[in-house]
Amino acid sequence: MLVLGIETCTPHTSVCLGTEQGLLASAALGRGNAHGEFLAPAIAFCLAQARQPIGAVAGVAVTVGPGLFTGMRVGIATAATLAHARRLPVVGQTSLDLLAFPVRHVRRLVCSVLDARRGELFWAFYRPAPGGVQRVTEFRVGPPAKLAGEIEAVPDDVLCVGDGACAYRSVLESTGAEVGSPSMGTPTAEALVELSLPRFLREDTQRPEDLRPLYIRQADARISWRNRGALLGGKAPDGATMVR
Amino acid sequence: MLVLGIETSCDETAVALVEDGATVRANVVGSSVERHRPYGGVVPEIAARAHLELLLPVLDRALVEAGCVYDDVEGVAVTVGPGLVGALLVGVAAAKALALAHDLPLIGVNHLEGHVCATQLEYGPLEPPLLALIVSGGHTSLVLLDATGAFTPLGATIDDAAGEAYDKIGRFLGLPYPGGPEIDALARHGNPAAIAFPRALAGDGTYDFSLSGLKTAVVRELRRREAAGEDIDLADVAASFQEAVVDVQVTKTMAAAQAHDVERVTVVGGVAANSRLRERLSAACAVAGRRLLVPAPALCTDNGAMIAAAGWNRLAAGERTPLDVEVDPNLALSGVPTGAAPGAPA
Ligand SMILES: [Zn+2]
Repeated sequence: MLVLGIETCTPHTSVCLGTEQGLLASAALGRGNAHGEFLAPAIAFCLAQARQPIGAVAGVAVTVGPGLFTGMRVGIATAATLAHARRLPVVGQTSLDLLAFPVRHVRRLVCSVLDARRGELFWAFYRPAPGGVQRVTEFRVGPPAKLAGEIEAVPDDVLCVGDGACAYRSVLESTGAEVGSPSMGTPTAEALVELSLPRFLREDTQRPEDLRPLYIRQADARISWRNRGALLGGKAPDGATMVR
Repeated sequence: MLVLGIETSCDETAVALVEDGATVRANVVGSSVERHRPYGGVVPEIAARAHLELLLPVLDRALVEAGCVYDDVEGVAVTVGPGLVGALLVGVAAAKALALAHDLPLIGVNHLEGHVCATQLEYGPLEPPLLALIVSGGHTSLVLLDATGAFTPLGATIDDAAGEAYDKIGRFLGLPYPGGPEIDALARHGNPAAIAFPRALAGDGTYDFSLSGLKTAVVRELRRREAAGEDIDLADVAASFQEAVVDVQVTKTMAAAQAHDVERVTVVGGVAANSRLRERLSAACAVAGRRLLVPAPALCTDNGAMIAAAGWNRLAAGERTPLDVEVDPNLALSGVPTGAAPGAPA
């Protein structure tokens, strides 16, 4: 079964085509917020390298977050529309589940940590389980100190992986946790396809219209105060000048 | 050639199917305006989230209304700018996915060019030269489409877009968001000559628009009357404010039409639905012997049909957009291909 995997939740973007036999083609980019430009050509590239027409794809797997909102939306919009247009089933996976999956053979508590920007992190804890990992906490968002507190509160040895863990390495290492290398820093489309294939095979899939992004954070409702403060007699925050 | 048009530059998620740049087979719009109401303006992150939610339901409905399937679609057109980046990205990602899924030609469209091309859906081929007043929540521009198909921007707002000013004054008067339709409705019961608000005409010879002075004058006048304990008739305020806005729009448009000797004038964008603007502009055009083209309100506000129409013009001229195209929040108008007549086979 040929599955297309799309991962766009971090500044890394990756796409791959894989089957039960393994990877057929992949493309990745670590240039930051270039998801929109990179994604569609990368899918076309993978299809061409694998010498497969788009009609041969039997399922689309995509990460639904948490992560960069814009990247997530580009990935989900692409996966959902592609699947809708080809009448394909989809599987949505979380970025934090994906991060923990490749370290499933470690006999420790695994903490997946992604950079949530604005000085905050997204994280969740996992235990090894037959065939993968099992998430043992909710998805959380908060400052590094809050995560450090949670790590200190558990009796287990902890391995932290993800770009968020690398960014706040010293804070997390000060708790006694080990922090994985940057090569374990991003969720990958390859792990996504490997993790999703069993779900496609047992038809534990979703319809594209049922894919939901996992934002965790509320929408930032700040709008242009520069332009609306004066009329309302309100004050513009951050010292922004008001238009009179 | 059946073109599917996608528009997600602001707060409307819109998909349409248009045959040969002329015949609208379906024009579906999903709006997130309700979600922005508590904030009195479009919140970019809320708009982007809403686009992702509304995308497939709107796409589905458009196909059903047009009575067609993906296999019937022959091209995909999508707004690539100007607009809100996060919002644009959702539509562009979807358009690229459709192009990939069915090996369709993709064409990126300028949102403002789309607004101008809405005219061809109702009045047939664009036939430049054409003067267009584009007025909406996001823009106020006066552009000339010359006989070679090139756009010359003649003027634009130097502060607030028309729709934005309506929203702000509406809010100040305690009216719900968006303010445009509310003020328009309230103004019908008021006297447009009740208060002489300033018109930013100033014989400056430019076609730029400024609404900040008018806005301040409205606020100052209301505060003055309040302080003096005078009665305030909000309908009069709305009518007088609207009259000042429309006065400037009509005066500058007619001056530009005369200066550039353009016979055909069009007004498009969300604010083109304003009844007073339509009334005054058609009267002015009648007096000046010019022809006013105003598309139906559903084609004036942001929609996918105008994008499909503009996209068809370009596809029929042999243009294609590569899959790695980026969105451009500040995309400038360039021109329209000439020679391709809507309704003619591509
Ligand atoms: Zn518009």
